[in-house]
This record gives sequence, structure tokens and C-alpha cells, in this order.
Amino acid sequence: MKVGLFIPCYINAVYPQVGVASYKLLKSLGVDVDYPLDQTCCGQPMANAGFEDEAHELAKRFDRLFEQYDYVVGPSASCVVFVRDHYGNLLAKESHRCATEEKIYDICEFIHDVVKPVSLQASFPHKVSIQNSCHGVRLMHLSSPSELNIPYYNKLRDLLSLVKGIEVVEPERPDECCGFGGMFAVEEHAVSGQMGRDKVQRHMDTGAEYIVGADSSCLMHQNGIISREHLPIKTIHIVEILASGL
Amino acid sequence: MSTKHSKNAEKFLQNKEMVKWHDQTLWMVRAKRDNMSRELPEWEHLRDMASAIKMYSNSHLDLLLQEFERNAHANGAHVYWAKDADEYCSIVYNILHAHSVKRFIKSKSMLAEECGLNEYLEEKGVEVVESDLGERILQLMHKKPSHIVMPAIHIKKEEIGELFVKEMGTEPGNNDQTYLTHAARRNLRRKFIEAEAAMTGANFAVASTGECVVCTNEGNADMGTSQPKLQITAFGMEKIVPDRESLGVFTRLLARSGTGQPITTYTSHYRKPRKGGELHIIIVDNGRSRILADKDHVMTLNCLRCGACMNTCPVYRRSGGYSYTYFIPGPIGINLGMLKASLHYFDNVSACSLCYSCQNVCPVKVDLADQIYRWRQKLDGLSVASSSKKIISGGMKTLMEHPHLFNFALRNASLVNGLPGWMVYNGLNDWGKEHDMPKFAKESFNEMWKKNKVK
Repeated sequence: MKVGLFIPCYINAVYPQVGVASYKLLKSLGVDVDYPLDQTCCGQPMANAGFEDEAHELAKRFDRLFEQYDYVVGPSASCVVFVRDHYGNLLAKESHRCATEEKIYDICEFIHDVVKPVSLQASFPHKVSIQNSCHGVRLMHLSSPSELNIPYYNKLRDLLSLVKGIEVVEPERPDECCGFGGMFAVEEHAVSGQMGRDKVQRHMDTGAEYIVGADSSCLMHQNGIISREHLPIKTIHIVEILASGL
Repeated sequence: MSTKHSKNAEKFLQNKEMVKWHDQTLWMVRAKRDNMSRELPEWEHLRDMASAIKMYSNSHLDLLLQEFERNAHANGAHVYWAKDADEYCSIVYNILHAHSVKRFIKSKSMLAEECGLNEYLEEKGVEVVESDLGERILQLMHKKPSHIVMPAIHIKKEEIGELFVKEMGTEPGNNDQTYLTHAARRNLRRKFIEAEAAMTGANFAVASTGECVVCTNEGNADMGTSQPKLQITAFGMEKIVPDRESLGVFTRLLARSGTGQPITTYTSHYRKPRKGGELHIIIVDNGRSRILADKDHVMTLNCLRCGACMNTCPVYRRSGGYSYTYFIPGPIGINLGMLKASLHYFDNVSACSLCYSCQNVCPVKVDLADQIYRWRQKLDGLSVASSSKKIISGGMKTLMEHPHLFNFALRNASLVNGLPGWMVYNGLNDWGKEHDMPKFAKESFNEMWKKNKVK
């Protein structure tokens, strides 16, 4: 089982430690993982802004880059689900059968559903509040969406429960959008900012020290709010906790 | 980078107290809806059924509408077909004119709002009285609804108190809800008695029986139709359901989704004209058959107008109904506005973070967020895409298609971190208005990997 590690552009540039933690974590679980060079961006920012066509070439490159792997695994639910849900369509316009859409996984989903570890070395003696990100919840099904009448589940909580010393909570309105949404955060900055401030406040109301999520984009947005407003809470990507001590 | 919606929202957000109240009030309705839906183990199955019935009825409109017409005729009703807003308004006027009606009472109808019926009739000298309390308040204030189910949700009781002093002679300063409601009730009673004709919309029209079904909480639609001999009912043609069995699926979903009630207080079935009276039914197209032919957006015809997508929308709750340029706000309004006139209503397409909550609450599974995503792809073709978003997207394309450029940018990105604050947080940086900028790492992941630092 060969796994190609997919590192989204903003993780590459802003949060490389999330990439490092992803690599270490997969390695420690006995996964044969490699990082194909020259990765850039999946194209989601342009597509969500209304310029899906600007992502055609990127989709073709992406598909080629990961051709030889059995799985593609990345630490960003939103980017991964963009590839999964949209690349088929984008590449159909280029008369190219997309190979990646069926084998790409978010790292939490992959560890939870494919690797299925029963224990981890990780220890994180802190209280954390889960950031259930919209695309992770409603498109990738990492947890049960609050709108649906289905039994509760949360793959992030399942994985965090393997970490020693951790206390895991979820905020009130557990999966309300934090307001990032790519260029939405710029075009509708007033609404986006208010959504972000409300979200961070609800995380703080739990008494948590950290906001933990599977999407660095949501965390980046909330981090910008925390820093601007000097709020007493930090953000951390879930893989950094799962890989702690490695 | 801004749209009419984003600018209006920015204004709305200046009143922090109002925003908080608006967000919490509508979230409470969403929470009531959640509780109600969880009382039914078959909830998700009901949504599947409702969506499937709508897909069936919308693809068999020709047969079902003709079946409805035959049955309505047999019941003694007059049936009219209106191809657009003008025809609909003039049919209503002609009926009223033929009966010399000057005083006319009308229950809440989004179709009437869509077609501008009140303005049309008032221009021709017919007095129109809205019987729904929220709509009546707005009518007296000369304002428009800001929500399709709770039209006056944005009006505070103090404003209503002031209005009623002027319009109904209530005592100044008394803003007690019960007192004001009683005043409105007395005032409306007179209007009910004086009215020479009454009109309702319809939540559903049942093909197999030729009846129209109206769901309300106040019962004022029924008060209106109880006195005058002349009744008019109008509905958009997608309101047709095949039979009463399928109707039951929708009545179980409608109020639970819209207001978090098991069912509306009144669910009235209008089937025949009353003794000695007349019942006139108008079936309206007004662009619906065009939507029927649009595979990307045909599912908007499933919509029950329950308002659940507004209540759950984090953008609607924090920007208010008036921030949208179409008369229906929220996710469904963004889509219906684009279908009505893209070049006129494209400003609302920005009002979505693509969180997909609307799609999950919708009782008939309209693919609301997917449709908004699709509209965004079409804006450039309509020549109304944001030029700065286009430039950013084009720039990103060039950068991302060339790994050496991307890597070069990554190597130098951390230099930005050192820029003085006034260069980063100026008026041009909309991100900087709400947040601090993310700090670029000294070494990117690509760089670390190449240097063999990832182990």
C-alpha cells in the first residue's frame, strides 16, 4: 500500500509543521508514505470564487503527480473533498478520466477508516474544543451533521480519544460555519469576521485551551481573529496532537 | 472587492445588538426545528419521499395541472392560467372589477409579493388589506418582508407600538405584545367584515381533488374567506401535489422545518365555492416553466417556502433580509433571484460561505449550496464577475501551474511577515479589516522536504 502525501498550498507556506506531523504520524502507523515533489494547489480557491476553469490544468497535474500511488492522503478535509467531488467533472471537460477522486482521503478519514489503529503513543494533557469544519462534516462525513436525524458520530473525537491525558469537548452550535469560505472571507469580510468572532467565542466558552480541527484553513481564519482580538485560546491541527511525542 | 450584499451586510453589522438578537432569534427557530425533526425516527425517510414526490410532480406538471383543473371545475370553481405576473395581476383585477369590489382582504402570499399584486391593485383604486399580522404591520409601515415566513422578524415591538398609536389609536408607550395584538385583532375584525372579496395563496394544490391547501398559524386567512362570497386563490404551478397521500408527507415536514411546530395551527382545504358564492383559482407560471428546462437549477421548484434555509444560514442570520437585493433572501432567494434576472440579482451570490447547512435542513432536498457554486461559475460568462477575484484567480493559476514560481514565492513569502503594520493593514486589505495576517513559515514544507528535514 503506497500512500502519496498531499500537502495543500497554504499548509506548505504557513503551516509546514502540519505536513511534518502528517508524515511522521503515517510513518509511525506503518504506512509506506512518500511526498511527490512539486505540489502546489488543488484549485479550490479559484473554483469557489467562481473560476473553476482556472483549475483544469492543476487537476491534470495533480492526477499525474499521484498516478503511481494506491492512496492520496492530505491533512485538509476541504481540499481533499474538492478533489474528490469536483475533479471528475473538471477532467471530464478535458476528456481525461480522473484517477484520484476514488483514492483520495483526508488524513483523519484515512487513519480512522483504513488504518484503524487501536492505540497511539500520543499524549496531550490539555482541554481541546473540536472545530467541526463544514466541508469535513457535510461533504466528507467526518461527523454527523447537526441538521440530520442520524446517530451521533465524530471521527475526530474517536481519534482524539486515543490520546493520553486529553479532554475533548465541542462548542455550542457544534458545526456552525466559522466564516472562512476562501475568498468569501475577503469579499464578505464583515459577515465573515462576525462569524469568526462568534465561533471563537463559542470555543472559548467551553473553557478549552485549544481549538482543534482537520482543516488548517478554518484554523487560519480563527487564528487571525484570535491574534487581532488578543484572545486567550490557541489553534492546533489534529495531526499535531496525534503525532505528539513522535 | 465587494457586492451590494456585502456592503448592506456591513451596515447591518454596525448595530451589534440587533445582529446578536437577529442571529439568536433565528437560531432558536433552527434549534426548534432540530428538536421537532428528532421526534420523528422516519425524518430522513420523509425528506427522501418529499424530494422524490416533487421530482415526480415537477416532471408530470402537464398531467397533474390538467387533472387539478378538471377536478376544480367539477367542484364548481373557475380556473385561470396566468403565464406571467402581468396576466396574474390583471386576472385578479378583472375578477374584482367585474364584482365592483373596492375593499379586498388578502392573506400572506409570496406569489403576490413576487408579482407585485398589491401595488398593481392599489394603482387601480382597490384597497388591499393584508390579513397576516406581520404583513399588516409591514404594509402600514410601507416596508417589505425580511423573511418569507416571519416577514416582520426585524421589527421590534417598540416600533410596532409607535405605529399602532398612529394607525389604531392605542395608548402611547404601551408596547405590551398582548395589548398590541388585541388592538390589531379589533382593527382587522372590521376589515374582515367590510371586505367584499378575499384572496389566499396556497401552500399546496391537490391534483386528485382540485383543492387548495393553506397553512397558517393565525387563522386570519380563514377569517378573510369566511365572510365575503367572492374568494380568489392563486398558486405557482409547482405547488401541485398528486394526491392527499402525498400531501401528508409535506404537511408533516412544512411546519416542523419552518417554525419547529408539529403542524401549523390551521391547515385549511379549500375545495368548493361556498353556497351562493364564487371560487376563482389562478395557476401561475411566471418563469417556472423556464426553470423546469434548466437542469442545473430545476430543483428550486421543489421549494416549499418554509424558510428553514434562511434560519440556518450563518450569513442570513448576520446580515438580515434587507441585505439581499431580491425580495426572497437567504440561500433559496439567492438562487431564485438569479433565475428571475441574473444580471439584476447577481450581487447576492457572494452571500454564501458554502457551508452546506441549507442543503441539509431543506425538507425537500433542494441542492441550494451546489446551485450557488454553479452560479458563481457562470458570473464571468455573464460579465458580472468581480474583477479583483478574477485577477486573484488568474494570478493563482499562473503561480500554481508553475512549481518553480510557487517555490520561489514560498522561499520569499516570510519576508512579508516583516512588513510594518501600516503597509499590511491598510484600507485596501479586506482580510486585514477583521483579522491579523497569517505568518508565513521561514521554511515551506517543500523546502524542508528537499533538505531532508522531514523525517
